[in-house]
Amino acid sequence: MSDQTTSERARPEAIKAVPVRHPWRWVSIAVIAVLAAMFLHLLLTNDNFRWSFIFLEYQEGKRGVMFTEPVLQGLRGTILLTITAMAIGIGLGVILAVMRLSPNKILSSVAFIYTWFFRAAPRLILAILFGNLNILWSRIGFGLPFDKQIGQLFGIDNFNGQFYGIRAVDLLAGFVAGMLALGLSEAAYMAEIVRAGLQSVDEGQTEAAVALGMSRFQVLRRIVLPQAMRVIVPPTGNETIAMVKDTSLVAYVPVTGELWFQLQQVSARTFIVFPVLVAALIWYLILCTILMIGQYFLERHYGKGYGAVGKAKQRLRDIEVEQGGRITKTAEGS
Amino acid sequence: MTDAAEMVRADNVHKSFGSLEVLKGIDLVVKPGEVCCVLGPSGSGKSTFLRCINHLEKINAGRIFVDGDLVGYRQRGDKLHELSEKDVARQRQSIGMVFQRFNLFPHMTVLENVMEAPCKVKREPKAEVRDRANALLERVGLGEKVGSYPGQLSGGQQQRVAIARALAMRPKLMLFDEPTSALDPELVGEVLDVMKGLAQDGMTMIVVTHEIGFAREVGDKLIFMDGGVVVEQGAPREVIANPQHERTRAFLSKVL
Ligand SMILES: Nc1ncnc2c1ncn2[C@@H]1O[C@H](COP(=O)(O)OP(=O)(O)OP(=O)(O)O)[C@@H](O)[C@H]1O
Ligand SMILES: [Mg+2]
Repeated sequence: MSDQTTSERARPEAIKAVPVRHPWRWVSIAVIAVLAAMFLHLLLTNDNFRWSFIFLEYQEGKRGVMFTEPVLQGLRGTILLTITAMAIGIGLGVILAVMRLSPNKILSSVAFIYTWFFRAAPRLILAILFGNLNILWSRIGFGLPFDKQIGQLFGIDNFNGQFYGIRAVDLLAGFVAGMLALGLSEAAYMAEIVRAGLQSVDEGQTEAAVALGMSRFQVLRRIVLPQAMRVIVPPTGNETIAMVKDTSLVAYVPVTGELWFQLQQVSARTFIVFPVLVAALIWYLILCTILMIGQYFLERHYGKGYGAVGKAKQRLRDIEVEQGGRITKTAEGS
Repeated sequence: MTDAAEMVRADNVHKSFGSLEVLKGIDLVVKPGEVCCVLGPSGSGKSTFLRCINHLEKINAGRIFVDGDLVGYRQRGDKLHELSEKDVARQRQSIGMVFQRFNLFPHMTVLENVMEAPCKVKREPKAEVRDRANALLERVGLGEKVGSYPGQLSGGQQQRVAIARALAMRPKLMLFDEPTSALDPELVGEVLDVMKGLAQDGMTMIVVTHEIGFAREVGDKLIFMDGGVVVEQGAPREVIANPQHERTRAFLSKVL
């Protein structure tokens, strides 16, 4: 009865109310506008910034310092170094994280010691160290450990158990040394990030997948990692952005084909310091902005199936199940 | 070793977690096509027993056979050899399991959830699997939800997807661990209806449940567990109407 009466009543007039005024909002906007104008004034009217040196021409008839050939080459080097170091970091990081969580004590200890060492070692020192490893060994090779000693034990002189060898200076010169230093160090951080991601996935997921007959690798690859990605991607974005900037450390290996090294060369030649710093800053800003845009799309991809509503519902359900309660009917037939 | 007309056989199964003995000698025989309901108070070891049947838990003593095959081990002479991970996985392919908390894969659509294992584990052709998955989802009443993500479904709908997901592997045995106890009362019926249909189609099922009505109506056999042992077993109607043991009586009086 009461239902009928409500449905028959006329719909009331839509509310037209005077919105609350926010005077302080306008004041703060005005203050910020003035500050911004002051900052622009600072940038544009001071000739010492030498914007034309940065953007237009740095010597008679040449391009601005940002766009000279060595600097552009350095930029390419920086990008390549970021990509390769992050590839090593992520690949090795996933392996280390899986090792760390493995029931095998030896594997998990190795992963622990690795992460401990590379998280504690400063990157700058690592980079210089890797650049100078050829002081310790003239050759680097893969093969039986202690091959010479084992040979002597059996009375063979000059027993060679090396499968592959290369002169250390050739391998560890510049770029490779920098890449290894950054990549190996990154792997330690990535291992921690991936581990947190893997542990964030509900145990029930693994259980359900295993009960379907999936192998441990399939469970990791198809079920756990994709869900862990939601937790892994944002900090990995941070790591990548930090890596772009940390590539400047390998200027001290030294790696010559790198942005910061090249820009420093320019300032050494021209005795112009400040604009070169600004030029470097601008390049790093551009690179990192592109990465942040990429991160946005990655996060959206791995957020599949977790709309804001879905996520909230799932959490509610989990809480209710945990408390032995019951789940309310939601979205039936919608 | 075992009768071919036994789908599940448990002989004197023991299971401990550290010093806590959870199963203290369980014996059970379930014939093909039978529905066996498992009742018992919380902590009596029902879930643990179910998980032992597909080797999610390793048993400490006794034997479990599914369709004549020893679960998790191979007998050579008088020695038991542990099966490799691969062989255990193969055994699990023919045993479907449905969980209290559904455990659907939240990053996959309903259809992908159902297709995942047949495609990736059995490597069946995708087109064929898709047809079968669609038919199964139709059968559990979710033909229109194939493109939804689990987070967009109600609990009852999720549980029905979970059942379809298990059926897609064409199991010979289905294990249900309290499939309706996380559901709102009005959603329990839709899941039980699906299970009833399965039973009528001749699926062998072991169902841990507190739904006495379901046990009475659909069950061929009922076991009552308490403290890690089977206290009483028999035809559901008889056990429910006329429990022999004090503990069974006390439990039934609480849930009825
Ligand atoms: N992985 C584990 N480690 C240690 N103890 C466990 C583990 N799993 C279960 N147990 C213990 O085993 C006992 C039986 O648990 P189980 O989950 O089988 O009970 P249940 O009969 O299914 O109860 P419920 O009705 O609450 O689901 C409980 O005391 C529980 O604490
Ligand atoms: Mg249980």
